[in-house]
Amino acid sequence: MSCCPGTRDLNRLPMIDISNIHKTYITGNNKLHVLKGINLKIEAGEMISVMGASGSGKSTLLNILGILDNHDHGEYLLNGIKIEHLNERKAAQLRNKYLGFVFQSFNLVSFKNAAENVALPLYYQNVKRKKRNAIAMEYLDRMGLKEWAHHLPNELSGGQKQRVAIARALIGKPKVILADEPTGALDSVTSQEVMDILTEINKNENITMLIVTHELDISRRTQKTIRITDGMITEIVKNEKIVMNVMS
Amino acid sequence: MFDLDRWQEIYHVLRKNKLRTFLTAFGVFWGIFMLVIMMGSGDGLKNGVSQNFGDMATNSVFIWAQQTSVPYKGFTRGRQFDYENADVRALGDAIPEIKYLAPRTNVGGYNGTNNVIRGLKSGAFQIFGDYPVLDSIDPVNLLQGRFINELDIKEKRKIVVIGLRVKELLFEKKENPINQYIQVNGVYFKVVGLFKSKRTGEAASNDNQRIHMPFTTCQKTFNMGDAIGFFNITSKDGIPVAVVEEKAIKVLKKRHSVAPTDDAAIGHFNLEVEYKKMVGLFLGIRILVWIVGIGTLLAGVIGVSNIMLVVVKERTKEIGIQRALGATPWIIISQIITESVVLTTFSGYFGLTLGVGLLELINFLLEKTKANTDMFLHPGINFNVAITALVILIVAGAVAGLVPARKAVSVKPIDALRYE
Repeated sequence: MSCCPGTRDLNRLPMIDISNIHKTYITGNNKLHVLKGINLKIEAGEMISVMGASGSGKSTLLNILGILDNHDHGEYLLNGIKIEHLNERKAAQLRNKYLGFVFQSFNLVSFKNAAENVALPLYYQNVKRKKRNAIAMEYLDRMGLKEWAHHLPNELSGGQKQRVAIARALIGKPKVILADEPTGALDSVTSQEVMDILTEINKNENITMLIVTHELDISRRTQKTIRITDGMITEIVKNEKIVMNVMS
Repeated sequence: MFDLDRWQEIYHVLRKNKLRTFLTAFGVFWGIFMLVIMMGSGDGLKNGVSQNFGDMATNSVFIWAQQTSVPYKGFTRGRQFDYENADVRALGDAIPEIKYLAPRTNVGGYNGTNNVIRGLKSGAFQIFGDYPVLDSIDPVNLLQGRFINELDIKEKRKIVVIGLRVKELLFEKKENPINQYIQVNGVYFKVVGLFKSKRTGEAASNDNQRIHMPFTTCQKTFNMGDAIGFFNITSKDGIPVAVVEEKAIKVLKKRHSVAPTDDAAIGHFNLEVEYKKMVGLFLGIRILVWIVGIGTLLAGVIGVSNIMLVVVKERTKEIGIQRALGATPWIIISQIITESVVLTTFSGYFGLTLGVGLLELINFLLEKTKANTDMFLHPGINFNVAITALVILIVAGAVAGLVPARKAVSVKPIDALRYE
């Protein structure tokens, strides 16, 4: 990861490369400048956490990186693809191909069972039902949930739901997993279990991970932590050691 | 292609709020049900009224003689006159547009009844003197025997063709009337044919109480000289009978010294004009039924659209999840439109089926109870109308789903995900 000109390894294309990203929300006469020129490069296989106070812009950054929201200004390259002025069809295809999402509130589809939820990204890739269900079972098995495959989300515990969500994020073999407070709704033991899974995936499958969290315990388990304050990156910490202080 | 996941979603959406789904479906059901019932009833009314014409040529005109109302050529007003046999040739020669020309006469005058006896049984019936050509203008169902032929006319045979009611009143139930004799005003006639009217109701009842005999026989037997009661004329195909009517009146006025300005002397009735009025009336009824029916259906479809908007709003977050996972706008739009079409088509199809079923039941009851249905016969809708209604339903369902579908994809995925 690098944040400053001159530190970029030209032989290696960053998985995420954003420069001077701005985002302003307009509600009525009020303008809220949420992101104020974010520059960030994340290499493939990195596991990064983003921390910051409520309203600092961390979730907005995650949404822009997830192509769920548009930035107003600046440049965003995802695996070398310029993300700008995309129509919704193209954006959906890029999300499906490159990104996996893990949300705080799990966001499972209520009327689909665990296996069907996991298989959803493959449904949008037109993978046949039988095949995608078989693949979903493999991923559920990896999450230790094979026996819960045919249960609806409301029959699962919080930890189980999040593991289903992780399996769903993984099934499309994404390049990046974006997790917005993945442990926010879980107890501490379950939170560590979920982090174990994410860490293992990052390590074994070389999937880039960006985790937005409020919890120091969680951020410490990532390789680096980005701190956002008032729409700007103010600090980047590596293994509990500050490697750069933008504000200083 | 069958997509189980899509159907699973449709089932979930429709099942989630059963009462709401039922009430929405009922709106469409009622719309199509009313359309079918009204179309069927309109059709029944049309059939009933049309049946009163039987198979009679609708391009017919009747012309008869009345009293003059204008003095002319030395004749005073109020003169009575009769048409004559020579008028037949004169009309035929002067008017090439005529297809069939049937001079007719009736014993005892218009609507007159006559004493007809057979053994100890008797009845009062209308007696007509006719030419065989009448069968081409106003055909009947011959149940037994034959109609009048040219030889009967030529030889002035004393034969009659009787209506079903005449047979029922003068003969025993299982008796064969053919070759039997009946007495008409004291003269014996041999029965050569038995017919039943092609009309329904009162018109049929009147027809079935008629007796037809050869025109020449009638004139001679009942001392009519060469007087003709009235003419029944049809025009050639594609020519309005009004053309024939106007020319025939002109010829007859000239031949019988009637003032050209005397409109009262010659009575005439143009069936084609009446028929066209009726056709126009039923076209009007049909248009009205479609307007009302489509209006009712539209109300139902708007209900579907409204509910789909509510459903889409309720499912905003779920749609947001699907979009985050890679669902393209088309997948979302087609899903919502399919839901709308399914709801509309199923409920509409049910309304269509029930409507057709009810019409069939009415039909069955009308036939079973042999109800007097002068003005209502065989209500029903034809296959094309049913198919049209179904196509309208599917299109309406798609249109109903379009607005909510577009609304669903107009929300940014992140806003959809945040929706609570």
